[in-house]
Amino acid sequence: MKSYIPHYRLETPRSLGEALQRLASEPGVWKPFAGGTDLMVLLEAGKLPQRRFLNVWNLPELRGIIATRTHVSLGALTTYSEIRRNAIVEQEFPLLSRAASETGSVATQNRGTIGGNIANASPAADTPPALLVYDAELELISAHGTRRVAFHGFWRGYKQLDLRNDELIARVHLPRGRQNWRQFYRKVGTRRAQAISKVCFAGAAQMDARRIADLRISLGSVAPVVLRATATENILRGLTPTPALVHAAQEALGREIAPIDDIRSTARYRLRVAQNLLAEFCESLAA
Amino acid sequence: MAIENRHIGRPVPRKEGREKVTGSARYVDDFTFPGMIHGVTVRSPMPRGRIREIRFAKNIPWHEFTIVSAKDIPGKNCVALLIEDQPCLADKFVNHREEPVILLAHPDKYLLEEARRAVQIDVEPSPAVFSIEDSLSKKQIIWGEDNIFKTYEVEKGEVDRAWAAADFIVEGEYATGAQEQLYIEPQGMIAQANPKNGVTVWGSLQCPYYVHKALARLFDLPKEKVRVVQTETGGGFGGKEEYPSMIAGHAALLAWKSGKAVKLIYDRAEDMAATTKRHPSRTRHRTGVTREGMLVAMEIDFTLDGGAYETLSPVVLSRGTIHAAGPYSCPNVRIRSRVVATNAPPHGAFRGFGAPQSVFALERHLDKVAATAGLSPDEFRRKNFIRAGETLAVGQVVQEKVQMEKLLDRALELSGYHQKRARFEKENPRSPIKRGIGFASFLHGAGFTGSGEEYLASEALVAATREGKVQVLAGSTEMGQGTNTVFAQIAADTLGLDLDQIEILRPDTSLVPNSGPTVASRTTMIVGKLVENAASAVKNSLVESGFLKSSFTPSDFGEACARYIDKFGPLQSLAKYQHPSHLHWDDNKYQGDAYGAYGWAVYVAEVAVDPRTAEVRVEDFVAVQEAGKVINPVLAAGQIEGGVAQGVGFALYENIVWQEGRMANGQMTNYIMPTSMDVPPIRVYFEEIPYERGPAGAKGIGELPLDGTAPAIANAIAHATGTDIREIPMTPEKLMDLLEGAHE
Amino acid sequence: MNESPRKVRVQCEINGKAYTLEAYPMTRLLDALREHAGLTGTKEGCGEGECGACSIEMDGALVNSCLIPLAQVEGAQIRTIEGVANAAQLSFVQQAFLANGGAQCGICTPGMILAAVNLLSRNPEPSESEIREGLAGNLCRCTGYTKIFASVVDACRLARQ
Ligand SMILES: Cc1cc2nc3c(=O)[nH]c(=O)nc-3n(C[C@@H](O)[C@@H](O)[C@H](O)COP(=O)(O)OP(=O)(O)OC[C@H]3O[C@@H](n4cnc5c(N)ncnc54)[C@H](O)[C@@H]3O)c2cc1C
Ligand code: FES
Ligand code: FES
Repeated sequence: MKSYIPHYRLETPRSLGEALQRLASEPGVWKPFAGGTDLMVLLEAGKLPQRRFLNVWNLPELRGIIATRTHVSLGALTTYSEIRRNAIVEQEFPLLSRAASETGSVATQNRGTIGGNIANASPAADTPPALLVYDAELELISAHGTRRVAFHGFWRGYKQLDLRNDELIARVHLPRGRQNWRQFYRKVGTRRAQAISKVCFAGAAQMDARRIADLRISLGSVAPVVLRATATENILRGLTPTPALVHAAQEALGREIAPIDDIRSTARYRLRVAQNLLAEFCESLAA
Repeated sequence: MAIENRHIGRPVPRKEGREKVTGSARYVDDFTFPGMIHGVTVRSPMPRGRIREIRFAKNIPWHEFTIVSAKDIPGKNCVALLIEDQPCLADKFVNHREEPVILLAHPDKYLLEEARRAVQIDVEPSPAVFSIEDSLSKKQIIWGEDNIFKTYEVEKGEVDRAWAAADFIVEGEYATGAQEQLYIEPQGMIAQANPKNGVTVWGSLQCPYYVHKALARLFDLPKEKVRVVQTETGGGFGGKEEYPSMIAGHAALLAWKSGKAVKLIYDRAEDMAATTKRHPSRTRHRTGVTREGMLVAMEIDFTLDGGAYETLSPVVLSRGTIHAAGPYSCPNVRIRSRVVATNAPPHGAFRGFGAPQSVFALERHLDKVAATAGLSPDEFRRKNFIRAGETLAVGQVVQEKVQMEKLLDRALELSGYHQKRARFEKENPRSPIKRGIGFASFLHGAGFTGSGEEYLASEALVAATREGKVQVLAGSTEMGQGTNTVFAQIAADTLGLDLDQIEILRPDTSLVPNSGPTVASRTTMIVGKLVENAASAVKNSLVESGFLKSSFTPSDFGEACARYIDKFGPLQSLAKYQHPSHLHWDDNKYQGDAYGAYGWAVYVAEVAVDPRTAEVRVEDFVAVQEAGKVINPVLAAGQIEGGVAQGVGFALYENIVWQEGRMANGQMTNYIMPTSMDVPPIRVYFEEIPYERGPAGAKGIGELPLDGTAPAIANAIAHATGTDIREIPMTPEKLMDLLEGAHE
Repeated sequence: MNESPRKVRVQCEINGKAYTLEAYPMTRLLDALREHAGLTGTKEGCGEGECGACSIEMDGALVNSCLIPLAQVEGAQIRTIEGVANAAQLSFVQQAFLANGGAQCGICTPGMILAAVNLLSRNPEPSESEIREGLAGNLCRCTGYTKIFASVVDACRLARQ
């Protein structure tokens, strides 16, 4: 344990209202603590400068998966286990379901939350590519009310969020109606479980016979943030994938991502894999 | 005396299994002593240089702490092993990152960690060496006169003249990386020490008498003032062979100075950063074969990276050298080997002990030699396998009834090798996933090399109580591999008793004789035999005294023991190792009977490679071996399966990212070992040819699986992709480069 | 030190017994179990959620106790390895591990058994791939997992009988 435990405070507010009040009255002093699967790892490694935390784990308002006519909404505290057990998510948002089942292992999935995954803002996080593909929106809540923002653009840069320090992520909203899109997900992390992504690829396309009418592509671990590959999408949108078109899209993807060398992998490998998975995605559309 | 095997050969449950499945087995961190305080180690932040100053920051109440530095050492500042070059605490100079410099102890664990961060060791850097190449170039001399810890030269026949007879000469260079043992229980010790009573340590360790020797030297104490007790040990794999002596020394120094019991437990990050790893290696092969595929000459150049101090490197090099030419008969062989110094933490023992490195190189290389000679990998090996009566590279005439061809036949058949090879070759061109199948054939010597066992002169004691309970006393440790159970089976069958009448005493140097270190696949074969002999002597005493008839019940046995003890006193027998008179070894020429017996094996791996991601999945694995009589089939298969899984990691995932002699990925998140989702079905088969000098005919098996797994997988990847795999771990990053190269 | 440490008192149930644990709020449940409750069967292999040696059940869910701060344990029902056997009677999973060689060095075993017990409580007849997935957060360096899979399969058989 590389942190001095007596320094840290973790308090449990009785209600959402009290939690929001604390966040508002002492701005920047308190930070939410949900499942702890990121925070406790940082604590162990001595990398947790923040010292005061509010335990939000038990706040019912931030839990539960709700389906309305237009949206499916997930409370920020929804765990990976809850996501993968949910039948609607499995049917309509299979990429999210896959991401949840390929995250960590059972114990991590029982504690890790979607809100925490978003707020932690790791470029290697595995739900954000799925969320970007589904045009997710976030509902943010504070003592002053709620606001709703597109998830695309919520991460402004490495670990930089469009989130005020008195706000919590309350819910994640996913627009329905994409069941007929072709969907593709692949996480590349060397081993089959407990793996941090070296590249994570999520794609979905609406096909009009062999033509790609519309599509979304998103990748993790290839840039300072999880990326929506809009330039690549633009090349493919409206066209039928031919080898030449796929090649052009791969080139565009190569320009759009900015992978790096780190202790887990190399920039060269990440680039190649991203491009190869793009090709695999395009092939899957032709099939 | 005919011995009926009621337990040997049967899958009797693990002796200490109940404690393990109920969580009541006690590992070192589970002990708390009255007044016990905690210890930590402050380490070098630099790979090499002079210690200028040690600063203690102001924010810590230092007067509450016990602080130990090199000057507090009562005896010699070294971790005594083969030689005494490694200090227990660096004094004026550091030779690797994470080298221990200062020790701290305090009752409050949390404050202790704050204090560790508050000590700054200021080092004036000296140029350092981080690779085999740089060490060999001698641009910087960092150890001795030439950076070389040890060299060996093995000569058989006349290599220089033999090349002329070769139709083809094939060359290749191969490399293996460092590998972390990654036992799931990190290392740790508890010590009590004072000038009056001497030093006692309890801890997670493989070799109580190594620790004993190191402590006696460190404290300059007579043997009887040092006591080492093994606690339940959560895996070792070689990683707890030499390093525990270091930690025991540290805990004991803190205890000596503080007057309190001190517990010193590493966390995972410290364990990965500071303790030993498998030696990285580089091997060069030059092989001559005839058009018919017969080996005529092998020249092998084998180099290990030993890290900053000698530790066990000469012995690791020795085993790697002897195994470098494999189970083949070649009239002319030259092996030159050396282990060199670098400024990395010392590399050390890891299951296989040098052999996995040289066997990987050989088995990869021979696939290429076979291809050059126009033969399939199995046809080629068949022609060259060693047979009984033929001579190994070190000049040992094989006396065993070795049947490599039979093992090969069986392994190929069980794995469907030929059908799959043909099918994959046909399907791969049109399949997005490329499949391949490959194998390795190899041998592994059991016991210490050469005259090693003679020097060790191990002993084991078997004693009976008045109640007819039998105790086995040996320094051999249980760390999961099954020592307790195997000894109990041997003793029970030798004496004709039930298993629960046998008690295996916990290794404690104040009670048990020195049966040698628990390493080198020697425990069952060598120490097990001593247990058998001692047990047999106890029985003979009872029979000869007339108290026991040749057929008896457990209660007869108890009665006989009581009567014997009442009449003659203690009923016990100490068995001592007798070196077989027909085994000869010449340490200078490095020739002779390297091992009393070998395990022989053929392993087959099937892989699927996805060229888009260069990820390799091992889909099936068949391990066929002959290691004498199998004493406990469940434990033996468990040894092989576990070793194969470690071999999968060695071959594919377990990559240490070095940054200036420091492991940069020292977390379980970033150092990738196989999970339950990554291991293939592992199918294990034994051929049993009883070995007359082993207990009930057994040989050693513990290290065998580490030798053959990685080359079998590498050969399968080469088959699947047409790439030349010369290096492991073959991470997706490296394989992607090879695949792209292959397309250009 | 600059901020006065505050301990908390947390009430919970461990293996069916009521406990009050007093420690710092960010104390890892793992340490609270081992050092405050004296239950040393739960092991530490990594402290970062990777190895599963510290796996326990909390309110019926498998969790890594090294990643749970004590302040979140208030009111929880916890089961550790010490609570898996019923008095002297080993559970089916424990019997099966013993009979099939599922434990070697034993350090991963408490966590592995909790993971297996938890899996079987959710899915009494898991397929081989479900077993592999259910245990993927519990690293074992000794067994290569093969005998552990066999143990889980055998535990199902014992449960059926
Ligand atoms: C062994 C292991 C394996 C893992 N594997 C993967 C993997 O494969 N893929 C992957 O993507 N991740 C993985 N993770 C990380 C993943 O578990 C986390 O990112 C998790 O989703 C974070 O949720 P949490 O509730 O645990 O967050 P916490 O640790 O509680 O918090 C994380 C951050 O989010 C903030 N936060 C939490 N909730 C809110 C909220 N409602 N509003 C605002 N801010 C909030 C916190 O302040 C903190 O900064 C792994 C973790 C572990 C330990
Ligand atoms: S110690 Fe908790 S997961 Fe390793
Ligand atoms: S039995 Fe040793 S780690 Fe699993």
